[in-house]
Amino acid sequence: MNRNEYKRLAERRAGRSPVLRNCLAAFLVGGGICLFGEALTGVYLLLGAEEKTAATLVTVTLIFLSALTSALGIFDDLARVAGAGTLVPVTGFANAVVSPALDAKSEGAILGVGAKIFTVAGPVLLYAILGGAVYGTLLSLFGWLA
Amino acid sequence: MQSFLSYLWVFLAGGGVCVIAQLLLDLTRLTPARVLVLYVTAGVALGALGLYEPLREVLGCGITVPLLGFGGNVAVGVREAVATEGLLGALTGGLRAAAGGTAAAIVFGYLAALIFSGKPKRL
Repeated sequence: MNRNEYKRLAERRAGRSPVLRNCLAAFLVGGGICLFGEALTGVYLLLGAEEKTAATLVTVTLIFLSALTSALGIFDDLARVAGAGTLVPVTGFANAVVSPALDAKSEGAILGVGAKIFTVAGPVLLYAILGGAVYGTLLSLFGWLA
Repeated sequence: MQSFLSYLWVFLAGGGVCVIAQLLLDLTRLTPARVLVLYVTAGVALGALGLYEPLREVLGCGITVPLLGFGGNVAVGVREAVATEGLLGALTGGLRAAAGGTAAAIVFGYLAALIFSGKPKRL
């Protein structure tokens, strides 16, 4: 059975994915994570952090929690139900860093963990930096969209 | 009441952003990795068009926590760097603005891989 045949078989067996249920789960979990972030922002502001620092602290905290729960295998359980609800928040970015790194442990510290840690983070960083560089160049030379 | 409403906006925006991604996953052939790249690029575009900051003002973590915020941050950082450093800012501003999240993901990711063993695959 080649790859395409397998894919067709898997799709037939899986049937139509319950889109509405998936969307509801993504909405509740995704919204919930953002709400948690907002509450956390309030806590950091209360502790005397500046607005910009508080935002970075929230990102770092969410990434830490995702890394921890990913390593413990809890994240995957939640992600299976929440779908895009855990993928799209920065939690999904963190999970995409940790999971390949964990899986590649047996392949060594350099080309295993060292390289695989960027499997998904690499493309994300690349296109973010590339986009920023294009924008910055246009902005600097032509005042953006001249 | 004011603060309840602002939390409601955060929840609705964050949830809505995720629903769009879920629809892309369910109804198109886009993989999760492609959705992430799409979102971060869309965030850069929002920032470049000057829409990210006003959205952030109203939606708070509803837009900063999704990966859109990572991209938006990069664009805003580039703009600030270009204002002070000129063309060089196009290269320095983005990573500087994204430094916290990027380093956190790499450091915590590495530590997680170091401390924990690969989890058994559950099917």
